Amino acid sequence: MQRLLFVIPVVLFLGLAAYFGLALTRDPSTLPSALIDKPAPAFALAGLGTKPPLARDDFAGQVVLVNFFASWCVPCRAEHPILMRMAEQEKLTLYGIAYKDRPEDAQRFLTQLGDPYSRIGVDQSGRVGIDFGVYGVPETYVIDKAGNIRLRHVGPLTASDLQNEILPLLKQLGRS
Amino acid sequence: MTRALSFFILIAALTFGAMGPGFAVEPNERLADPALEARARGISDHLRCLVCQNETIDDSHADLAHDLRVLVRERLTAGDSDSQTIAFITARYGDFVLLKPPVKGATLVLWYGPLAILLIGAVGTVVWFRRRKMTGVEEPAPLTDVERSRLKQMMTEGES
Repeated sequence: MQRLLFVIPVVLFLGLAAYFGLALTRDPSTLPSALIDKPAPAFALAGLGTKPPLARDDFAGQVVLVNFFASWCVPCRAEHPILMRMAEQEKLTLYGIAYKDRPEDAQRFLTQLGDPYSRIGVDQSGRVGIDFGVYGVPETYVIDKAGNIRLRHVGPLTASDLQNEILPLLKQLGRS
Repeated sequence: MTRALSFFILIAALTFGAMGPGFAVEPNERLADPALEARARGISDHLRCLVCQNETIDDSHADLAHDLRVLVRERLTAGDSDSQTIAFITARYGDFVLLKPPVKGATLVLWYGPLAILLIGAVGTVVWFRRRKMTGVEEPAPLTDVERSRLKQMMTEGES
């Protein structure tokens, strides 16, 4: 009994140390989404240039990727080749939302780097971004057939994110 | 002397004036109604700016902080209560947006953990002291006759 009393603080300390040690390996700038497994917020945005507008109901019943980007966002340029690869090689349906960007700037960005998106909504006020809980572009969301958000990826997508995170999830969700 | 003093007061006023809260709230964001504006300030003082993470949206110059300040004011103007406004934000950004985490299942350890550890320590200390009192401080056995006579002998030897 008496020995136990001395062991408890040691065990507590080791537990805390292990917890904090593990926490050190996590990236504090990547926040969990409050909307995981919840319905994607409804929105209806004007399209970019001559493209049709984009609303949530446009992709009801499909597994889709929604990518928030902006021409002023440097990491968006970094992830752009991956988005192009997703659209061209993996034949994924990508919807883009131009976040707090002027339409002409977003258009120039896509003319320069290529346009991986099936459709693009222009969210100039950033309100749709707030509804999704976006706190920094680029952010990518995976939405399932029921319209629920299944994944949020904060920051530029890398080839390994695509291989290890996005593609397995899409497969699991039954993308045709 | 008076000049030095007024200079000092000026410096102090500039320093502390600049350090005051709400440094980031821009004039065009403020509401005309002072009561609503005060409520908005109270709310945004407890909301985390997700870009800078350890600043309130009231203090932050980040673009998103500005948008959230405007959003808070919009909700209040639309007639939302303080808690409805906060719920609107947490529905989108999660509890992390609150600088003071709410008391609920997942945060019980956070709120009461330190108190629990303190109690465990206090109980342990009390038990330890009690045990020592019971076992450690026994009355020493009285001297036997042999010991007493030896002691007497030693005392007289010392005298001679």
